[in-house]
This record gives sequence, structure tokens and C-alpha cells, in this order.
Amino acid sequence: MKKGGLTAIDGAMVLIVLLLIVQIWLLSATLESFLAGHREVAVPGAIVSGILFAACLALYLFVVRIDSEMR
Amino acid sequence: MKWFRKPSSAPLWQDEFPVFTAEERYVSRRQFTKFLTLTSLAMFAGNLWILMRSILHRAPSYPRQAVAALDEVAVGGLKIFAYPTVNDPCILVRTADDSYVAYSQKCTHLSCAVYYETETKRLACPCHQGYFSIADGSVLQGPPQRPLPRVALEKRGGELVAVRLEGEGV
Repeated sequence: MKKGGLTAIDGAMVLIVLLLIVQIWLLSATLESFLAGHREVAVPGAIVSGILFAACLALYLFVVRIDSEMR
Repeated sequence: MKWFRKPSSAPLWQDEFPVFTAEERYVSRRQFTKFLTLTSLAMFAGNLWILMRSILHRAPSYPRQAVAALDEVAVGGLKIFAYPTVNDPCILVRTADDSYVAYSQKCTHLSCAVYYETETKRLACPCHQGYFSIADGSVLQGPPQRPLPRVALEKRGGELVAVRLEGEGV
């Protein structure tokens, strides 16, 4: 049970790191387009970034729950 | 003083200062995940900031400003002027008898001042070897990703008048 829990936490951490990499790329691409005068990219950029953050938050809450169950 | 000390093999200073570096530096998976999630929140806040700037952005109004007399610049020559404010240097190039182009002089990479290379007939940024087309300001080579903002010119009487800046970012 404990080993399975640790594996789940490690998997969640890897997923969060991957989501974060995508989010950093998204922010830099949105900023570059915005500074170039393409203001229409701001809305989809913010929506997708919000979805990625929600996914990270869900994974963090998952980690907290598994951690609490393991202790 | 030895009577008051606990029976321990550790030296006296460790009893009096029980701070263990390894424990202080230990970061649990839970803490690390929390840090990553907060970083994700910061990225989201950045995107929201861009969204707010986009919503609150207003179209700028440009003044009409005489830049140069028609015969002031020779063919292949250039003139530096400021438009729309004194803090916005621009470069005017006479490419032919009846052809004038003007661009912002700030490189779109890191805002170094671009200059006109008469031999290759292109605008060059000396900082990182970025090159722009003199015809439309597009990037020919180098690190810049965006074209140079173009100053729209009108001929009025014997003068060239700047009327607006096209392709300017935020």
C-alpha cells in the first residue's frame, strides 16, 4: 500500500512537471504574440492556462489525499 | 558544569544548538508538489495579466508630424527622427527618387538601434546581427521574431509627413 502510494505520488509529480512545462511555453508564446500586437491570443491563452492550473491543483490535492492516507 | 549535561555522546554545542542541516534542507514530495502548483498559479496569473492588458488596451492616436523636406535626403541616404514621441527614434530612408520608407529604429529583439546598410540595402541591428528588409521591415535574419513597426508617410506639399505607426506592438 505504501509503495503503491509513493508510486502514485511520483506519477502525479511527473504529470505536474509536464503540465508546468506546457504552461511556461504557453505564457511565453502568448506574451510574444501579445507584444507583437496580436491581442486576440490573450483569451484562449488565459483559458488554456487556467485549465492547466486546474489540472495541477487537482493533482496536488490528489497527492495530499494519498499522503494523508499513507500516514 | 558537567553535572548539568545530559548523558550523551554528542558534543555540548550540539545539545545547546539542536539544528540539523539535513533535516532543515529536507523537502518532502508534498512540499515540492505544492511549490510546483504555486508556480502553475503564477503562470496562470501571468496569462490573466496579459488578458487584462488586452481588454484595457486602447488604440493609440498618432499625431501628424513633418519628418523631412522631399529633397532633404539624397537617394540612398537616411535621416533619423523621433515619432510619435521624442523617446521613439525612427529612421527614414530614401530608396529611390520617389520612394521613401520609415521604420522604428528600435530592434524588435532587444531595442538596439538599427541602421541602414547601403551596400546590402537592408536594416541591420549591430547588437545580435538581426537584419530587416528595407521594403517592408520584415525579418531577414537573426534573433528578432517580429518585423519593425513602419511609419506611414504622406507627401504634403514639399514635405514628408508621418501619420501613424503600423505594426506596433503593445
